[in-house]
Amino acid sequence: MTRFGLVAIVLGVLMAPAAGRAESATTIPQSALIEPADLAAAIGAGKAPVILQVGFRTLYDQSHIPDAIYAGPTSNDEGIEALRKQAKALPKDKPLVIYCGCCPWTKCPNVASAWKELSAEGFSQLRVLYLENNFGADWVDKGYPATHGS
Amino acid sequence: MRRVALLSLLFVFLGCAARAASLPVDAGSPAPDFTRPDFEGRPVTLSAYRGEVVLLDFWASWCAPCLEEMPELIDLQKRNAGKLQIIGVSMDDRLDAAKSVTRRFAINYPLVMGDAKLGGLYGGVLGLPEIFLIGRDGQVLKVWRGVINPGDLAAAVKAAL
Repeated sequence: MTRFGLVAIVLGVLMAPAAGRAESATTIPQSALIEPADLAAAIGAGKAPVILQVGFRTLYDQSHIPDAIYAGPTSNDEGIEALRKQAKALPKDKPLVIYCGCCPWTKCPNVASAWKELSAEGFSQLRVLYLENNFGADWVDKGYPATHGS
Repeated sequence: MRRVALLSLLFVFLGCAARAASLPVDAGSPAPDFTRPDFEGRPVTLSAYRGEVVLLDFWASWCAPCLEEMPELIDLQKRNAGKLQIIGVSMDDRLDAAKSVTRRFAINYPLVMGDAKLGGLYGGVLGLPEIFLIGRDGQVLKVWRGVINPGDLAAAVKAAL
């Protein structure tokens, strides 16, 4: 191996953690998605799953699904580590829903990495809330249950 | 059937309750005034720009569509200096994250930090991008929630000037 090749590999390894984990939400399989109406119906029927918001604090504080736990954005290693710690307290065999809704679905920097991490951790009933536009348009404006505050 | 209807009513009630903390701000509403420090600590007051058309751009470093719109905003500000004032409100959780964007774009308008309180003042900024076009009299002329079609912004600004 040339010296240049070795330097390139070392730099690549050093840069990788800083590169972030943002992946497109379109990588999440359809079978793992849950529609807003279906989650709202489950909540209305008293069968709410554990819900994690994997988005940003300013959005969560303004409005979130009642009882949703703030897990924070997962587009970088720090966020994934925080999610990992939070997930330790959750049962892996019970329904779990994650959502973000910060941006249009195809541009969301958080849900795909969170889904990937929790799937790898063995959460067998994990679903991702499909918010096509954002949380405001696809949840709050539809009249589904929401609350505000930290 | 009755149960479904009751459930639907309950959802609508809860939805309204969630929005109750923030009155909707749409075309025709007065733009709520605010003062926030810019990234260098200088105060920025919306009402100080009364007499000019204002574009209030809620954005964040994590919002890809917001960053895609920035070159157009920079260009609009450049072409309409003195008549149009763009104000960027970052909804980032951290100032350093918001500041990182200023190293990527030569932003020629003031940037301030937003939060849940400011978002609430504007009816709840529950997803990005979100842009308010405000007329010379301080009334909201148009609101874009979500990705904006290229050209829409420039056309609406031109009509407002």
